[in-house]
Amino acid sequence: MRTKAPLFFLAPYLFLFGLFWAWPILYSFYLSFLNTRVYPWHLDPGVNWSRLLQDPFFFVALKNTLFILVVQVPLMLVLALLLALALNSALLRLKGFYRFAFFAPVVVGAVAYSAIFRLLFNTEFGAVNAFLQALGHPGYDWLYAPGPAMAVIVIALTWRWTGYNAIILLAGLQSIPRELYEAASLDGASPWQQFWHVTLPGLRPVLLFALVLSIIGTLQLFTEPFLITGGGPGNATMTLGLYLYQQGFRGFNFGYASAIAYTVALLAAGFSFMQMRLWRER
Amino acid sequence: MKRKRFWLSIGLHGLLTPLALLWLAPLWLMLVFSTLPEHEIFRVPTPLLPGERFLENLAGLQADTNFFRAMANSVVVSLLYTLGGLLLSASAGYALAVYRFRLQALVFSLIVATLTIPYFVVLIPQYILVARELNLANTYWGVVLPFLANALGVFYMRQVFLSLPSSLLDAARVDGASEGRIFFQIALPMVTPSLAALALILFLTAWNDYLWPLLVLSEREMYTAPVALGTLIGLTRVSWGGIMVGSVLMTLPFLVLFLFLQRYFVAGITAGAVKE
Repeated sequence: MRTKAPLFFLAPYLFLFGLFWAWPILYSFYLSFLNTRVYPWHLDPGVNWSRLLQDPFFFVALKNTLFILVVQVPLMLVLALLLALALNSALLRLKGFYRFAFFAPVVVGAVAYSAIFRLLFNTEFGAVNAFLQALGHPGYDWLYAPGPAMAVIVIALTWRWTGYNAIILLAGLQSIPRELYEAASLDGASPWQQFWHVTLPGLRPVLLFALVLSIIGTLQLFTEPFLITGGGPGNATMTLGLYLYQQGFRGFNFGYASAIAYTVALLAAGFSFMQMRLWRER
Repeated sequence: MKRKRFWLSIGLHGLLTPLALLWLAPLWLMLVFSTLPEHEIFRVPTPLLPGERFLENLAGLQADTNFFRAMANSVVVSLLYTLGGLLLSASAGYALAVYRFRLQALVFSLIVATLTIPYFVVLIPQYILVARELNLANTYWGVVLPFLANALGVFYMRQVFLSLPSSLLDAARVDGASEGRIFFQIALPMVTPSLAALALILFLTAWNDYLWPLLVLSEREMYTAPVALGTLIGLTRVSWGGIMVGSVLMTLPFLVLFLFLQRYFVAGITAGAVKE
């Protein structure tokens, strides 16, 4: 079948894809070598990248982002896995209720839930401190103390994304052939052994998918720190995403912001590559 | 053995129920707070039952932000994004699944590769292109255009069309139907449930998007609902009741939809995660 049809079906998509994705990926790299603090912009290959290496704010943002990556992502994925196992269990009744409770945050936008979390973690009047005080604990200055502010971001992210990941993992669990479990039972494998030798290996591609998505999502975390803590107190919840926004769209230093963007991309590529290697070799 | 299962089941419910209630608490309190006057929201202990001030809070929100206009903007933007995204993803996915042509593998891998590239990399060039070169700042198309080329949508629709029996399309060809007609009148109607799943996810994504509309829109009359609400959240002297009303209006329709159409949401979310 030699027809022009595929070109016809692809052309509108490819036009927009080229204009808004393929070309910007290249242009962004070029931008990172421009001095954009002067007009007209001009090529100055070192300016942004050498600044990046000496910029203490960049390293604070990097450290905070990596902290969330190392603490929140594993916490969330383990919780999501336990949740998916529970929701998949024959022992559980009222599955509709539990599914709704944990999956509901999936439809909630970052702005709406940032608003409610800001209110719940209000130091003087928030429900969280009211609850802690009822238990005899003085409560925390959640939004204005560095550690607690980071905790609020971690809690908010976990609330929003655990159900989302549980959905993905649940779909993965349900795609594992039942015969594998039957065969394992016949061989006398305990539930624990079945989990290690059937469930986990079966989930491997889906877990990898969820992990890659979570890491890329965390690397570009913006709305929650922007609206819940404003990156503060000090720079305690400053993330790479927020710093990029400030440099690019508050300071209009597009070249420097592009260098930050490419750092994010390199980190994402590095993590993805590491994961692929790790998961393949086992 | 039966007794053991019984106690395991009790334990599972005992663990999961408090956690489920905790998970629902923010949404329930959002609803409660939207119906209370300011001093009630900040009462200790936290009020757990709704009051009667929803309409007053709504009026306050409308006065602060012209929220009805913002909601209307959001509806327009989300519809444009959903319809355009569906059409482009479906036709591109169809081309990649049904035909064989040169560079096919290359085109497909390029599209899939963008899935793993952080969005921030294209953000600044997109902004320069849309706001400065194309002069689309403060327009609906400025918000929508860059996202119509949705890589996940193409990947998903390709999978969907791969599972379509090609004999059906061939039969239509023998009958002399044109390629465009086969796509619109045979292929598309057969994958309606998948289109619905993708449509829900596209609509929800556009509805909740914040960063891009925040950058592209600077005129109040063009703000989408998240941007309008976002302008209030950071301020110190604001009506929290109004903000909660806005959050409820943005969220509640989807919670209700989710209750009835869970299957489609789940299908959209797991698109690409589980290989058939």
